[in-house]
Amino acid sequence: MREELITSGRMNPGIDPVLHGWHWPIPFYLFVGGLAAGLLFFAAYKYLAGKEKDFPTAIMIGPFVALVAIVVGLMALIYDLQHPLYAWQLFTTVRIVSPMSWGAWTLMIVSIVNIIWIFTFLKKIFPKFNLKQNFLKKVVSIFIEEKQYEGELNWDWKYKLLRNFEKFSITNRSAIAWVMILLSVVLGVYTGILLSAFNARPLWNTALLGPLFLTSGLSTGAAMLMILSKTHIEKFTFSKIDILLIVIELFFITHMFMGYLAGSEVKAEAAHYFLGGEFTVTFWINVIILGLVIPLILETMELLHVKIPVIIPGLLILWGGMMFRFIMVDAGQVIRYLY
Amino acid sequence: MRYGMAIDTRKCVGCSDCVVACQTENNVPHGYTRDWISETVEGIYPDLALEIRSERCNHCDNTPCVRTCPTGASHVIEGGIVKVTHEECIGCAACIESCPYDARYFHPEGYVDKCTFCDHRVKNGQDPACVSVCPTHCMYFGDLDDSNSEISKIVAKNKVKVLAPEAGTKPQIFYIV
Amino acid sequence: MGVGGLVVATTPILNWVPGFLKDDSEIPDDSKLKRIPTYCEVCFWKCAAWAYVNDKGKVVKIIGNDEDQHSNGRLCPRGTGGLGMMEDEDRLTKPLMRVGEPGNQTFKEVSWDEAYDFIAKKMTEIGDKYGKESMALFHHGTTGPHFEHLIKAYGSDCIAEPAIAQCLVPREVGFKATFGRGLSSPEPTDIRNTRCLVLIGNHIGENMHNGHVQEMSQAIDNGATIITVDPRFSTAASKSQYWLPIKPATDLALLLSWMNVIIKEKLYDKEYVEKYTYGFDLLKNHVKSYTPEWAYTKTGIKPGVIRKTAYEMAGAAPAVVVHPGRHTVWYGDDTQRTRAIAILNTLLGSYGKKGGIYFPEKRRLPKYPHEEYVEPKWTWKDITRDKHKLAILGVTNVLIDYALPENKSDKKIKGCFITATNIVKSIPDQKKTIRALDNMELVVVVDTMPTEITGYADIVLPEAVYLERYDYARASQHRKPNVALRMPVVDKPMGDAKPGWMIARELGIKLGLEKYFPWKNIEDVLDWQFKKVGTSLEEMKKIGLKEFDKEDYLYIPDGAEWEFNTPTGKIELFSNLLAGEGYDAMPKFTEHKQNPPGFFRLIYGRVPMHTFGRTVNNPYLNSLRPENHLWVHPDVAKDWGIESGQEVWLENQDGVKTDFPVKVRITQRINSNAVYLPHGFGGDNKKMTRAYGKGASDSELITNVMIDKETGATGMRGNFVTFLLKEPKQEKKSV
Ligand SMILES: Nc1nc2c(c(=O)[nH]1)N[C@H]1C(S)=C(S)[C@@H](COP(=O)(O)OP(=O)(O)OC[C@H]3O[C@@H](n4cnc5c(=O)[nH]c(N)nc54)[C@H](O)[C@@H]3O)O[C@H]1N2
Ligand SMILES: Nc1nc2c(c(=O)[nH]1)N[C@H]1C(S)=C(S)[C@@H](COP(=O)(O)OP(=O)(O)OC[C@H]3O[C@@H](n4cnc5c(=O)[nH]c(N)nc54)[C@H](O)[C@@H]3O)O[C@H]1N2
Ligand code: SF4
Ligand code: SF4
Ligand code: SF4
Ligand code: SF4
Ligand code: SF4
Ligand SMILES: [Mo]
Repeated sequence: MREELITSGRMNPGIDPVLHGWHWPIPFYLFVGGLAAGLLFFAAYKYLAGKEKDFPTAIMIGPFVALVAIVVGLMALIYDLQHPLYAWQLFTTVRIVSPMSWGAWTLMIVSIVNIIWIFTFLKKIFPKFNLKQNFLKKVVSIFIEEKQYEGELNWDWKYKLLRNFEKFSITNRSAIAWVMILLSVVLGVYTGILLSAFNARPLWNTALLGPLFLTSGLSTGAAMLMILSKTHIEKFTFSKIDILLIVIELFFITHMFMGYLAGSEVKAEAAHYFLGGEFTVTFWINVIILGLVIPLILETMELLHVKIPVIIPGLLILWGGMMFRFIMVDAGQVIRYLY
Repeated sequence: MRYGMAIDTRKCVGCSDCVVACQTENNVPHGYTRDWISETVEGIYPDLALEIRSERCNHCDNTPCVRTCPTGASHVIEGGIVKVTHEECIGCAACIESCPYDARYFHPEGYVDKCTFCDHRVKNGQDPACVSVCPTHCMYFGDLDDSNSEISKIVAKNKVKVLAPEAGTKPQIFYIV
Repeated sequence: MGVGGLVVATTPILNWVPGFLKDDSEIPDDSKLKRIPTYCEVCFWKCAAWAYVNDKGKVVKIIGNDEDQHSNGRLCPRGTGGLGMMEDEDRLTKPLMRVGEPGNQTFKEVSWDEAYDFIAKKMTEIGDKYGKESMALFHHGTTGPHFEHLIKAYGSDCIAEPAIAQCLVPREVGFKATFGRGLSSPEPTDIRNTRCLVLIGNHIGENMHNGHVQEMSQAIDNGATIITVDPRFSTAASKSQYWLPIKPATDLALLLSWMNVIIKEKLYDKEYVEKYTYGFDLLKNHVKSYTPEWAYTKTGIKPGVIRKTAYEMAGAAPAVVVHPGRHTVWYGDDTQRTRAIAILNTLLGSYGKKGGIYFPEKRRLPKYPHEEYVEPKWTWKDITRDKHKLAILGVTNVLIDYALPENKSDKKIKGCFITATNIVKSIPDQKKTIRALDNMELVVVVDTMPTEITGYADIVLPEAVYLERYDYARASQHRKPNVALRMPVVDKPMGDAKPGWMIARELGIKLGLEKYFPWKNIEDVLDWQFKKVGTSLEEMKKIGLKEFDKEDYLYIPDGAEWEFNTPTGKIELFSNLLAGEGYDAMPKFTEHKQNPPGFFRLIYGRVPMHTFGRTVNNPYLNSLRPENHLWVHPDVAKDWGIESGQEVWLENQDGVKTDFPVKVRITQRINSNAVYLPHGFGGDNKKMTRAYGKGASDSELITNVMIDKETGATGMRGNFVTFLLKEPKQEKKSV
């Protein structure tokens, strides 16, 4: 028999009895980060594929949602800091070896590109912006004189700089799309690396987490587009894409567990938390069954022309993706090398 | 110069004096600790073995905690001592998550705190507080680079181990077993 | 907290200046601190120490005095955490008087004068009604002597402390019967020079008596052999080459069989035995039948192991310490058991030898001259020595018996002072103690904390903690004689608390006993005393501790003639003292009861970071170990379906149940017919906010008391408990 325990001394809140350094904002941040990555990826991808007409949701609406996700994610991250007032110090240094640091910078850059992207489509998305409502009027009037828009915003920029920039970015949309593809992959992978860079936590310490979270992020992105899009073709396309992504995800997850089981004693123990231990039920029900298997079945049925409202698999995928991150963050902190 | 510690588990009785001494020396708030005692019992009565260890930050050679720190608050100073500059710490917990020993914690004032190897004492030639108070004299502190130092000799002469070597951090606290 | 810390605490915005002040600036350099001498009062090892005080007058830490033989500059965790004794916000800070009927648990704050008047009036009443002898004193620690003086001046000598009859008296008498002198404290065991250390139920390492712990560690460094006899895998056992997991209550069998082997195989120190001892042949004959094979049937220790360990001891002799232990009140045959230890040491020739037991020396401080005490009509001796002829000091439990309503004798205890002792927790058979207290007409408790005992007081007087007061100097025995000073390290005590000497003196004056207090201030007394031994208060304030040259021998010089203070002048293997009083002159094995089915022997002991119940509320020490755990063997836990960390209540053989539940620690470290419950927890006074209800109290469960015939000491290890998995219904006696 082996009995291992801390007999005295350590009782640091947040560390003991179980590590709880990261709370809900972190997995939430990872989830919305992945979602944003997926949305931006598909926007750029469909644009570059020349599908501007067929995929208005993916190209124009998706990035809006992505921007919101990024902003909310950053807020969550800052909310989880113990010294939130010092958050600005994140941007006083670039520390390539710190995933937190390059994550913060990546998000920063992604959001700039994201904004530019949206900017190039502003006129298209809102050809006329009706400013009858009082509140909006007030807001807009801070920037633009009333007579310039007269109740309806015309997008004739007053400032030359803006005008030129708009022109420039519209002509270079393809280049921006390429940058956005690249950054979205970085962002997607980052959400996994943030965990896998932590060798200290046996569960997180696997190279598969990057591609896995990227796939999962793309899959949630696709699911979101499925829900948001209005045309059959968009819904149908993203449904198909999602089937593929789910299959890849299942493949990665299987490999991840096989890797744990073949790994060191702690790693094998980590796997057991999911294969009979503490996290088994939550993980299998939420992530595997609700988040992957059922959507997979539903979407396959859809492909076979069984009528299923896409919102169901869509929401399930989003739910599964979020739970996956919550469980990984939580379990990762529980499973440790010592004691 | 490479500071390290050797702790003789054959002598440690787990009294926790090192813990209290650290608290009073370093003004650690009640309910928080930089060091702690763990115990491993193996075997079946009456064929038993007990190992008691006083644990703290290992001032690792390979420091994930410093690497993952986004602001540079966590850093390494002369002698390999790993420290946190309170004023630069945003409290993101990255370092806490990256330490396999759970050696760091949040000070109630919001920054991360941990063992400093009592650098404020060491620079005056004193032993760290925990070492200097231990009633069993089971802790040794000194320069591992100097092969003539007491600690180097102790580490060379005895069978030693480090904690969780598989985590790859190259800890600099050696347990004599 | 330094400047940096203050900025953080008050105006976080200011910290926007990065790296403005580095964190280390918070921690002052030792050279910037003032140090003031004290000696520790967290236990009774009395380590000399320095309190380090910062420029704001705040004590930041307590560090051992390097010159001190008790501590060698290193305090134990309790001493290091001694700061918490002072900082504890639950402390008593005002005199309290019970409101209404006796037994009522409400108190009101009163002034010192009111308290003194009340006490003086009651004492006079009791004196008039029953005689002054009826006022007793229960005490412990350094405050004791102040009140001893008060009670003696008043006219009584009914004085006792649990640290005798609940602790070390059997050993003192066992050794006195053998060598003509006891051991006293710190025990003069030469552990640091020993080649073989034998610990019998002596759990050094958990028992944190500093010098012993340090020397045991030195012994490990020196490669000494350690033999530990304990039914539990104690910390010391884990450091031992030989752990003898003895069946509880059978130690005497083992000791006798060791003697048997050593004598039969002629392994004893012939020269020593011949030269210094009396009664060897009688002993030889006496132990003949106590073979290892016989002992095996009692102790469960294999004959081979008994022989092997005997050879180890003999091989190392005379540098062997068969440790006498300290808390020796186990099974009621304790004088005899500890005498067996004394005899074993004799056979090995270790008494008075390097690496064995040395001769300590102390420099007595003369008593400040005062009027002679009046001779009381009767004293503790008159009510004790009829039954326990060798009681050397007052026996708490005898005083308790004489305070009970059923006491028909004309000698009665009707009132008492209780200073720095928690007798409801330290004297077994709690209910009896409570009945005695309830039957007294005056109970004054002088304490620092609202512990259980304060709930039974009519008047509670808040004492300043040791860091806030002067006391008599420590003039302890050691390898070299020495004296150490305790002085206040802060300007004034918390609240209205006062030092014990002042309380005793002020009360004395109220009682019209000023002639016994011919000094104004304890500083005058200390200075006078110090000057008598060649120092002064002024000097002592600077050095804290003064060591003197040793005048007597530390060890018996080889081959020297030596006179022992026994009837024969020899070490008495056959004790004439014991024989003369009608006790066994040589230890005999007595069988003790083993577990009834479904019950487990209750074993208790220390945790290293606490001293009994006096530290459980200390913020530092409480955080290290806020509660005790009940150690249960995995097989037992399985039988009962108990899980690790589960809370259980305990019920003993007499149907007494614990007030509070205790969490179970399932561990191989305890055998399957016993459970282990560290002493001091299960606090029953709500005013101790950190300690109240944390863990269970062994004291409640010790109702079978096995009295040691010779001394009246209370053997406390004959109790058996069973588990209650649900909260039992019972009357609450919380205070
Ligand atoms: N069940 C059980 N009973 C035991 C033991 C056991 O292990 N188990 N051990 C026995 C032994 S070995 C001994 S020595 C005795 C000791 O038993 P006690 O003499 O009762 O010893 P303590 O627990 O130290 O005394 C504690 C009381 O002293 C108070 N106190 C602390 N410091 C001061 C001070 O500076 N001034 C004043 N006025 N009061 C102070 C505390 O607040 C507390 O109320 O207990 C014995 N009884
Ligand atoms: N940390 C700390 N240290 C202390 C104290 C404290 O309160 N806290 N108190 C001090 C005082 S006043 C005293 S008297 C000493 C007491 O210290 P010791 O004399 O060392 O201790 P005990 O309490 O007698 O013994 C407890 C040990 O006896 C074992 N034991 C129980 N039953 C038997 C038996 O039948 N046979 C054998 N061989 N062993 C048995 C238990 O398992 C346990 O390991 O400690 C002193 N040191
Ligand atoms: S002070 Fe020394 S003996 Fe006590 S627990 Fe710490 S290292 Fe062990
Ligand atoms: S023990 Fe932890 S905190 Fe200390 S240096 Fe190593 S990884 Fe960093
Ligand atoms: S919590 Fe502070 S020290 Fe730790 S990684 Fe974050 S900024 Fe660095
Ligand atoms: S070295 Fe100093 S800071 Fe580190 S545990 Fe020891 S006393 Fe605490
Ligand atoms: S042994 Fe510990 S508690 Fe006892 S006097 Fe010494 S330092 Fe104080
Ligand atoms: Mo004791």
